[in-house]
Amino acid sequence: MTRLMMCATQLASPATKTMFSRILTSGLFAGAAAGLIAALLQLYFVQPVLLHAELYEGGDLVHFGADPVTAHPDLPGMFAEPMRDGLSIIFTMLTYTGYALVLAALMSVAERQGHEINGRTGLLWGLAGFVAFHFAPGLSLAPEVPGVAAADVGVRQIWWTVTVAAAGVAMWLIAFGGNLVSYLIAAVLLMVPHIIGAPEPESFSGPVPTEIGALFAARAFGIGMAAWALLGSFTGHFWQTEGKRAGAAV
Amino acid sequence: MTTKTIKASAAGASFLPAVFAVVLGLGIITVTGHVQASGLHDAAHDVRHATGFPCH
Repeated sequence: MTRLMMCATQLASPATKTMFSRILTSGLFAGAAAGLIAALLQLYFVQPVLLHAELYEGGDLVHFGADPVTAHPDLPGMFAEPMRDGLSIIFTMLTYTGYALVLAALMSVAERQGHEINGRTGLLWGLAGFVAFHFAPGLSLAPEVPGVAAADVGVRQIWWTVTVAAAGVAMWLIAFGGNLVSYLIAAVLLMVPHIIGAPEPESFSGPVPTEIGALFAARAFGIGMAAWALLGSFTGHFWQTEGKRAGAAV
Repeated sequence: MTTKTIKASAAGASFLPAVFAVVLGLGIITVTGHVQASGLHDAAHDVRHATGFPCH
């Protein structure tokens, strides 16, 4: 009973509240800002490739037919479909806010262990986050254009989640492990999901030209890395400035 | 013993904000990236493809 009361007291303690509001505030600021930039970059660089692929997915264009198909069809521009693109912006901002909350929480743990967190070190956090959440699962489950053949989505989601978790732990071990055993465990965690292999389709049936599929994967990775670099840097920056503000208030 | 308990609960509680934020963040990512409900899937469709989530 006493212990429960003490735990409750700790939960409501000013230090806990301050820490939580610092994580939330820096996560929300960084996630919204990086998410908005990510969304605009995606709409400009990735969305046209996706719309191009959808012309093949829907059968409006067919390649390997009797006649050559133009590689430059008329595609709707940015915000030609305001609802669709608007929803994409909102969901990208939400997704990056989710990432930022995880980053800020882990930064709070790292800072307590004596590691410096700011906009510069945040850049490394962002790149590590990109590897964990985007590049590691994408190495075997390549970012896919609409219409590609793929295994059951539930099975792929399980493989994605396990791979992200393993790569996340690996990134932490590489950054903070500080000894050979940590690095070896990290290497194993990074490789094993790909040695086991991602769920693959029974047969290939995708109607989209390989040029479009390859460009889509490259663009998705490139924009993802840029957005994550910004996200890490922003989260580190806001983490530091929110800490100063909280320190000044106390 | 009492001192130990106080220390343990203090250490546990001090990590609670981080744990809660991680759960909240992963919850948001699950909703935007993974939940297959058709309304959510359609709204998040382009983002899921562009961000490398398994989509459909």
